[in-house]
Formats: sequence, C-alpha cells, structure tokens
Amino acid sequence: MDGNIQTGRPKILEVNNLRTRFHIAEGIVHAVNGVSLYLRQGETIGLVGESGCGKSVTMMSIMGLIPIPPGEIASGEALFNGKDLLKLSESEIEDIRGKDIAMVFQDPMTAFNPVLTIGRQLSEPLRVHIGLNKDEIRKRSSELLSQVGIPEPGSRLADYPHQFSGGMRQRAMIAMALSCRPSILIADEPTTAIDVTIQAQIVELVQTIRSDMNMSVIWITHDLGVVAEIADRVMVMYAGLILEEALVDDLYEDPRHPYTQALLAALPRVDKRRSKRLLSIPGAPPNLLVPPSGCPFVPRCQFAFDRCHEEMPELTCVAVNHQAACWLDVTTGKPR
Amino acid sequence: MADIQPSNSAAEPPLVEVDQLKKHFPIRQGLIFEREIGSVKAVDGISFFIQRGETLGLVGESGCGKTTAGRTILGLYPLTGGKVTITGISVDHATKEEMRTFRRKAQMIFQDPYASLNPRWTVSAIIGEPLRVHQLLPNETARQERVHELMLRVGLSPRLINRFPHEFSGGQRQRIGVARALASNPEFIVCDEPISALDVSIQAQVVNLLEELQDEFNLTYLFIAHDLSMVRHICDRVAVMYLGIIVELAERNELYENPLHPYSQALLSAVPIPDPKRDRERRRIILSGEIPSPINPPKGCRFHPRCPVAIDQCKQLQPEWREISPRHWVACHLAA
Repeated sequence: MDGNIQTGRPKILEVNNLRTRFHIAEGIVHAVNGVSLYLRQGETIGLVGESGCGKSVTMMSIMGLIPIPPGEIASGEALFNGKDLLKLSESEIEDIRGKDIAMVFQDPMTAFNPVLTIGRQLSEPLRVHIGLNKDEIRKRSSELLSQVGIPEPGSRLADYPHQFSGGMRQRAMIAMALSCRPSILIADEPTTAIDVTIQAQIVELVQTIRSDMNMSVIWITHDLGVVAEIADRVMVMYAGLILEEALVDDLYEDPRHPYTQALLAALPRVDKRRSKRLLSIPGAPPNLLVPPSGCPFVPRCQFAFDRCHEEMPELTCVAVNHQAACWLDVTTGKPR
Repeated sequence: MADIQPSNSAAEPPLVEVDQLKKHFPIRQGLIFEREIGSVKAVDGISFFIQRGETLGLVGESGCGKTTAGRTILGLYPLTGGKVTITGISVDHATKEEMRTFRRKAQMIFQDPYASLNPRWTVSAIIGEPLRVHQLLPNETARQERVHELMLRVGLSPRLINRFPHEFSGGQRQRIGVARALASNPEFIVCDEPISALDVSIQAQVVNLLEELQDEFNLTYLFIAHDLSMVRHICDRVAVMYLGIIVELAERNELYENPLHPYSQALLSAVPIPDPKRDRERRRIILSGEIPSPINPPKGCRFHPRCPVAIDQCKQLQPEWREISPRHWVACHLAA
C-alpha cells in the first residue's frame, strides 16, 4: 500500500476544527478539542490512540450519533459531497448513514439485535435505503454474506446472531455495512475483540473489498500493528487532539512527536529479539474534565519545557506530508 | 513426565511440574435423572515444567484452554486427569495443611482489573486479605505496615490506602492485583492475561513491574496471553496451545524464529508488526475456518481441518509429542 499513490485523489470527506463536549454532573468533558482531518477517495486512514483519546467520539460526531444532550458539538464542520454533515437534520443524516457512509463497530456481540435473524438485520438497509422487494433482498443478502466469506449464505440468513461465532459476526457486520455500496466505511476497532488469525482474515477482507469497490476507509484502533498493515495515512490522537499525522511509512520510520515515539518504543516486537526492558510512558492520560492549558502530553513528556506548559502547539508541517503538534523539533532537540 | 525432562540439565528439580493434565467439563441433560451426554475437553493432556525463576508463556487463541489450564494448575478446578506438582505439593492429593501452604505459595493475577477486585472493599482490605487468611502477621498494625510496603513496591501511593477500586485507573487496579498476589510471599504466580485490558502506554509499566518483582523475589511465572509480541518479550520459554493441547514448546527465540508446527507458523505470521515496510515483505499464512468445538475435537491431529499442509496420516493419527531439537518440542507428523 503505497500512500503516495493516493495523494492526487479528490477529498471526499473533510473535517475542520471539530469540538465535541459532554455535559455531565461533574462538569464538562472536553472529548474532542479541535480535530481536522480529510479522507481521499480510495484511501485508508488510521486513527490511532488509547482509550478515551476521542477517536470514536470524533467519528460518532460526524455521523450524528452523539446524544444531545448530554453531548454538544461546540464547533466545526464535516464536509461530505458539499454538505456539512453537522448541520443536517436527523432525517437528512439518516439518508446518508448506512448508505453513503457505513460503520462497523468493535463489539459484534452487542451491535446486532439478538432477537432478530441475521437475514432480517441485513435486509434493513436494503429496504430502507434502496427500496428493494422481498426476493431481491433475499438474493442480495445472500450475495453479501458470500462476499464476506460466510459458507452456505442462503441458509445462514435464518440464523440468529448467537449462532454465529465472533469472527463470523464481524463478517456479517461488514456485509451489512457494505450492503448499500457506501463510499466511506468507518471501522471502529473492528478487530479488537477477535483473535489474531481471524483478525488477519478480516483485515484481508476489508482490503480486498476496498479496492474492489473503490471505497475509502477510516480505521479506528489502538493497535499500532494493525494500522501499519492497513492504513495509507495515520493520525495519532491524544486527549481529543491530533498530535501527529503522516503517511504510514514515515510515521513508523521517523515519528516526530514525542508521544508517537514513546508509544512505538513501548511496544514489544514479535519479529525481533528482546534487547532490554520496554520503555514505559510514566503516568496516565489527562482527565478531560480539566483540560490542560498547554500541551496535554506535558506531564508524561520527557522533553517538555516552559512553553509546552503554557500554549498548545498547532499541527505544523515537519516534512513532506508529515505534520506534528510539538514545540520541539525532535530531530535537532531544539525548540522550533 | 519423564519424556519431557531429559534436556532439563539444571540441578534443581522444577518448581512446577504438570504431567498429562486434563480438565473436562461435563455437559448434562435432564432434570431429575441427569445424564452426562458429553464433555467439553477444555484441557486434554498437557505436560510441561517450569524452573524456579523462569517465565513460561502459554499462548493460544480464545477457547484454546489456556485460562482453564492456569486455573486447574492452581487447584481452582478439580483435575479430570493427570498430575500437577508445585513446590513439591501435589495439587490433587494434598492434605488440608498442605493445601493451605500451597495457596500461600501459588498466587494468581487476573485479566480484568475491574472484575477481580471487590468494589466494596478498600485497597487496604484487598491487599491485606491474604495476610489475614494465612495469619501471616500478628496484628492489624503489622498488616497495615505490610500493605503500605506492598503499595510502595508496586508503585501506588500509600496515601490511597483507604480508597475503593473504582477510584483507580485500569493500570493502577492491576497494580493492586499484583500487590495482593505478592502479599503472601508467593513463589509461583499465574498471570492470566494481566495486561490485555490495559492501554499500550500502561502495558509496558505493568510488564516492567512484573519483571522487576521477578528479579527481586526470584518469582516463577506462568504467563498466559494471546499477545504474542509481549510473550516474546517477557517469557523464557513459550508453549503454544490449540484446542486443549500443547502443539509446540520451545525457548522463545527458537520458537519465534523457527516455528515448526503449522499452527504456530500461522499464528506468528498473523501478528501485525508495527513496521509497515517489514510487514509488507512478510509471507502471511491466512488460516481458513475457525477453531472447532472442544466437545468433539477432530480425530487425528486436532489442527488438520485448518492445516494448509495436512496429509492423510494427520486425519487418522494423533501426532506424538517429540523433541525435534534440544528443548524444542512439537506435536506434528511433518515436523523434522
């Protein structure tokens, strides 16, 4: 997957300065604090970060899935086909959700309704968005199941979700997402709950489908290994902000943000002999009820200096197609 | 046991010896006259030993029986067959007095730091419980002092001694679990997926802590995990489980650099590497299908229905457990 090939393609989704907050009893949780990103046609971007960094909330905000209240989209725009998704009415966004932009969720156990058959659930988008009749729906559903590699698709349509294994349920979920031939697939930790050998199957499946259907994919995960495998371009999130963005090879070869560097150094490698103890990042991610004034990584950053405490750096270009939000130039060790 | 011992040259006998361990869970039917209609063969004859101060990794996908193996070894489930001897005490033939000693010397760290701590107990009560149960210290003051000391050792501030589990983050809770396991001065600890529920930046902290404690107290670990990269980092030797049996066991670098069982090969090739260039160069073995049911495991080699290189013999004959090269054991007809 050479990221460079993709750079000339048109942008099909553009998010600018998105801020999402949640009003709870204890105060305001600043979940997403000014995220800007774009997605090109046929491209896969990886959104990486630890739990609570805002990666899922970012996508849910774009899809209109944030419950308001307690949620609030404080600012931003999300342009898709010339429309700002954040300004659409509930019924307008319902036309797009599941049809042009489809989602696959982490937990295939809970994302399906346990009392409806797989066939019934697969047929819903076909009925609602495309308006197929009963026979067409049956035919198309069984095609979809076979496309994602489920054997005997015709008879499996009558099964309930509990009769499917975890890996099969995730495949069925992908089948459902693909049913209306979406132009964007948002996959939110789709392989987190499943085993590595099944994960390899799912990653391969999504890659094949993406090129067959010329689809764009947003892959949300905490797993830096999977991202290396599937993404063309990667964004690293922390405390509701993107701290670094680069083409996949550059990010892993030459990370420019201390957080990305530390994350990569904290990972053991299956393909390398152990040399020493793992480098660990001290402390824990910040409490988003009390957003820090400067860079949120400061308390855990070994390079932090005065300016880092006072001011949050913007994402700045540090190399070709490579941006980092840090006051320090990590290549020279001097402030920029 | 004799058949897996010969290359064990150390003078000291192993701290943990497991010989042909079996754990089957019966499946019953009928209300009044319950009949046994079958059994789940969760662990179906596994053998290994662990030297004092050593870490043995037990890896495999969900449902392979690794957690059941760990729990049965500690006597949390009665054995169906085989023999387990730890610190000279035979788990299934121990007297009450021996069992008390055994429970003090062998401890467990659990996967889920949320579910494994009593939410109504303070940290002091949780960490102090083994001290009370085993009457290790004469009075409450001495116990409190020991809890203080343990908290400091695992990196928790003793100021938090009267807090409840919900007031801690995932990583801190796992530290509480480690402190509880350490309280009774154990010799052997079963770590059951101790880091799977934690974020990347916190995983390295906990793993480093476990290693420091091992050096300091000469602890012996059975490290159960599905994260093969972390296992390579932390374990001296690694056993790969599939459907209730161990298919391969070797020293870590030998296993990762020269896996002989087709299942180990596929499993290792499926682990994503956080290095996109290297990842692209790798040959990946994508297994078809999923793990069969442990109620009726396949005849012959249990892996043969998914094995890319299976021959006729594999369908009929269960492969022998052979030492292919010094300290490298494998159960496969084709390994040479």
